[in-house]
Amino acid sequence: MIPALLTTTMTPLATLTAPLTTTSPAAVTTVLSTVTTWLTEPLTYDFMLRAMAITAVAAFVCALLSCWLILIGWSLMGDAVSHAVLPGVVLAYIVDLPFAVGAVAFGLIAVLLIGIVRDTSRIKEDAVIGIVFTALFALGIVLVSVTPSHVDLGHIVFGNLLGVSPSVLVQVALLAGIVSTVLLLKRRDLMLMAFDPVHAHAIGLSPRVLSGLLLVMLALTSVAALQAVGVVLVVAMLIIPGATAHLLTDRFSRMLVIAATVAVVSSLAGAYLSYWWDTSAGGMVVLAQAAVFALVYLFAPREGVVTGRIRARRRAAAPA
Amino acid sequence: MTARRPAGTPEPATTREPATTPESAPPESALPESAPPVPAPGLEVVDATVRYGSLLALDDVSLRVDFGRVCGLIGVNGSGKSTLFKTIMGLVAADAGSVRIAGESIARARTRATVSYVPQHEDVDWGFPVSVRDVVMMGRYPHQGFTRRPRAADRAAVADAIERVGLSDLAGRQIGRLSGGQKRRVFVARGIAQGARVLLLDEPFAGVDTTSQSLITDLLRELAADGAAVLVSTHDLTTLPDLADEAALLLRRLVAQGPPADVLRPDVLSQAFGLSIQDGTP
Repeated sequence: MIPALLTTTMTPLATLTAPLTTTSPAAVTTVLSTVTTWLTEPLTYDFMLRAMAITAVAAFVCALLSCWLILIGWSLMGDAVSHAVLPGVVLAYIVDLPFAVGAVAFGLIAVLLIGIVRDTSRIKEDAVIGIVFTALFALGIVLVSVTPSHVDLGHIVFGNLLGVSPSVLVQVALLAGIVSTVLLLKRRDLMLMAFDPVHAHAIGLSPRVLSGLLLVMLALTSVAALQAVGVVLVVAMLIIPGATAHLLTDRFSRMLVIAATVAVVSSLAGAYLSYWWDTSAGGMVVLAQAAVFALVYLFAPREGVVTGRIRARRRAAAPA
Repeated sequence: MTARRPAGTPEPATTREPATTPESAPPESALPESAPPVPAPGLEVVDATVRYGSLLALDDVSLRVDFGRVCGLIGVNGSGKSTLFKTIMGLVAADAGSVRIAGESIARARTRATVSYVPQHEDVDWGFPVSVRDVVMMGRYPHQGFTRRPRAADRAAVADAIERVGLSDLAGRQIGRLSGGQKRRVFVARGIAQGARVLLLDEPFAGVDTTSQSLITDLLRELAADGAAVLVSTHDLTTLPDLADEAALLLRRLVAQGPPADVLRPDVLSQAFGLSIQDGTP
């Protein structure tokens, strides 16, 4: 079966690898079987399969959200809410409620506190955000330390990709499904709220309700992703894909597609690399996303820094 | 037209007749279908007072713009022009006074999408990944369903509006890659696509070259001729007579309202600008 598969896929790959290897068929076959092993071996382990699945799901939903967050200028808010849900999750655990309930409650408490302190003091918003989310996160840590449970702080902070249980996977997929559906159905209203809240208000929409909706989605995403990939990763996943896509397109709808695709592909690549290099899975996922951002930042067709330099030099060299 | 009017007195009769004067309207019940209702002004602000804390931003301002007319709103920075716009749109709640839009409350006008607002240049994120067409399509949201999925009628309305402002060639362009004048026309087109009957424009001529300015001026005159009520804030006093049927001079309170020639007199302007305006630019 595998040889048959190889012959069908050989032609494009052979041309691709031609400059690297010699064109001898034997060499090509060796390269291909290496690639196949590289891709399939990790998937023979259930824990890796679940890690891959949860990484892809979390990357997808976080990437969608990140498009709005970076355009509104809410990256720090994403940071804040994803940390601030922790005490809510722990309290929900104590009183045996769904984690999502506690997460949303504390996500909104964080946003309210930030708004109140910002509006009633001379402290600037970034400092207020820093105070509120670290305080709430610390509260969460203290609650974890006094709660008899199996919750591991290290897992909350850095994730536990390789220890995802099937039930967690189902729960995360469910939350991600809900959030993605709401975001995609309401994407035009949310885009308007991000772009021109005054117009949204003028035509009878409520920017406040729409931003509330986005914050609730953010809290739900945080709790979903937190269980698997950890709070540090959530923050990265909530900022990097949107920023990458923003450098690649001038259309919001395309930005959603690009962000989601780039996030899922690079996260999976990161997970594979962590398997073969035996490094931290969560860390590799973020590094892979950051590496793609760096490439795009330098070489994007229109917005890339290096591309722009080259274009400017060509223009200068061209006869006037 | 008296230059300094005690606040709260009724508007003096305007000298120029509105472009679309309805014949003496019959009683509403007489002709339920064809008769227009009693013509309410496009925009009516009555005795509006707005305070930000201890700061008095608007002091008992009354302003009326009829359908079919362009009103130029002038005044120094900080004179309350933007606050007046926000009050009209219900973004700022007036401490006293009332706003009627096409004879209705602000809330009704919002659900009917009567008002369109063209923001100041610096209030827009020009790097936002939207094209001219995308922005104009936002004017169609009130006519669309739950997900705002555009239908054929919406696309046609958007194309018409873009053509009307002369941007058809640039419809697919990202808004940051337009000139200053083109940028304003995108937002005017959004109001056209929306079918807004009241247009508010905050400093549409700031940073716009003279050619674009006269293009926008012609456009606004056309929209007024089609029956819209247009309120424009501007710093450009020299071109005000070409633009506006009437001028309103604001300095927290309404210093004067009337034909531009009456408001643009040095003795009137000096009350609000407090310096020589010989060259026409304060």
